[in-house]
Amino acid sequence: MSAAPAVPPAVSAETPAAGAAPGSSASLSLLLVAPRARTGWQLVPARVLAMCIVELQKLRHDRTELYTRAVQPALWLLIFGETFTRIHAIPTGGVPYLDFLAPGIIAQSAMFIAIFYGIQIIWERDAGILTKLLVTPTPRAALVTGKAFAAGVKAVIQALVVVVFAAILGVGMTWNPLKLIAVALVVILGGAFFSCLSMTIAGIVLSRDRLMGIGQAITMPLFFSSSALYPVTIMPGWLQAVSKANPLSYQVDALRGLLLGSPAHLGTDIAVLVVAAALAIAAASALLGRLAK
Amino acid sequence: MSTLLPENSPGDAAEAAAAVCCTGLDYAFGSTKAVDGLDLTVRTGEVFGLLGPNGAGKTTAIRAITTLLPVPTGMITVFGHDVATDRMAVRRLLGYVPQQLSADGGLTGRENISLFARVYDVPRRERAPRVAEALAAVALTDAADRLAGTYSGGMVRRLELAQALVSAPRLLILDEPTIGLDPIARTSVWERIDEIRHATGMTVLVTTHYMDEAEQYCDRVALMHRGRIRALGTPDQLKADLSGVLEAPTLEDVFRHHAGQGLHGGSSADTSDGEDFRDVRSTRRTAGRVG
Repeated sequence: MSAAPAVPPAVSAETPAAGAAPGSSASLSLLLVAPRARTGWQLVPARVLAMCIVELQKLRHDRTELYTRAVQPALWLLIFGETFTRIHAIPTGGVPYLDFLAPGIIAQSAMFIAIFYGIQIIWERDAGILTKLLVTPTPRAALVTGKAFAAGVKAVIQALVVVVFAAILGVGMTWNPLKLIAVALVVILGGAFFSCLSMTIAGIVLSRDRLMGIGQAITMPLFFSSSALYPVTIMPGWLQAVSKANPLSYQVDALRGLLLGSPAHLGTDIAVLVVAAALAIAAASALLGRLAK
Repeated sequence: MSTLLPENSPGDAAEAAAAVCCTGLDYAFGSTKAVDGLDLTVRTGEVFGLLGPNGAGKTTAIRAITTLLPVPTGMITVFGHDVATDRMAVRRLLGYVPQQLSADGGLTGRENISLFARVYDVPRRERAPRVAEALAAVALTDAADRLAGTYSGGMVRRLELAQALVSAPRLLILDEPTIGLDPIARTSVWERIDEIRHATGMTVLVTTHYMDEAEQYCDRVALMHRGRIRALGTPDQLKADLSGVLEAPTLEDVFRHHAGQGLHGGSSADTSDGEDFRDVRSTRRTAGRVG
């Protein structure tokens, strides 16, 4: 969730600056010339960068969310992971269960942060921020792409916290910088997909409460029907079919391949995530107008 | 008040000089007609006030002009660009401050403005000085690096003004810019608008409930009621037109005269005046947040 809206103190307060120097002779020379418009392919990356910077600035001012959201993955690794490592109940192909679990929890924590991103969009709609952004020279698809990647960047920072925690618990992960960059890319793609899924639902239900309910209802099924906690092969047939349609499974598979070096289908995984993100961006962009009305 | 018109207005002078030209605009929410055959021309360089009670259709008209709503019937042009077909060009000419307090409380004042500098493609080397100028123009330089969440209501409004100014718009659209502000903050916001207008020559289209503000700061006003313009002219003209009916009429008298008892509500008009729960909630929330 985003920081609180701009709530001023309750006192009737114009600061001294308000009354200061009416007619102040501040130079407005730059404000007389409109900037040259960016066009073509440069527009979307520029907007994506602008939205990502805002997300990072907000995180810099208020890291509370980063810490509170780290609690749940920490518990999954510390309690669930440590216990099931001892039980040896889940066939992981020779990898300690905690190691097997870590990429799943990274994907899960990134998904949790992205799946409620729609709430931020509804808040921005209510606050007038979205309306104002929609009046800027930013096509809706560029705005949604920007928001999607901003959610992805937020998810990467969250994932980083989990990676550090997993490393402290002794999970044997790669430190190859190229692979870690690929990990970040996979987390961004997953974040982009799930945040757009959330924005799409926001565009349908239009209210924060309903979105909260739906978000709660779908996160656990997405998590349990993926390969985050156990390999797909031990699932019943029907659940395997669900798992195949769940982008989280592909994200977990890619993360396991990259972080642990276990056999993965990287090409397929990334292709599925790219297509899923693109479809979700298209759906969320198409429904954004409903939020603006 | 002085207006800055282009030196050589080509073609039809009235058309060319129009910042906004709105003809035959209709807009309905379900069976409720929010805007009903609106014809409106805002001249380049003027401060134009669109007045009316809640539900008069002001905000709907503004949202159509700002490209937020489609234009189902009628036509709107902004400096000659068709709002329906040339959205991006129109948006580049606009600075928009919505009714809600739309600055992001989780960012500093400077960051709030920088975001808009970025989305309007201000080149990197020019960004910092331009943002600094916008901050200075609204007297927020000292508070630039504080979170906007700590600002007073008047400061937030001035910050939003700076956000709108950073792209050097030719048309500044302000939807109820002083709603909920105390008198000192209201004056401060209007002083900034007035100064900036004089310095840049930009056109200002403003909606307001406050007749005194309209009288003091607007070159021309349109009184809007139930989706239509009921009277249009300079505040002095409108008052003069009514002087035969009332002694020393105020703009509020003019408004009552044209809007009739619909202004007071209490009739079946209440169910058809276009103001829904969300409008009221949004207005009250803004007023509440301003404190």
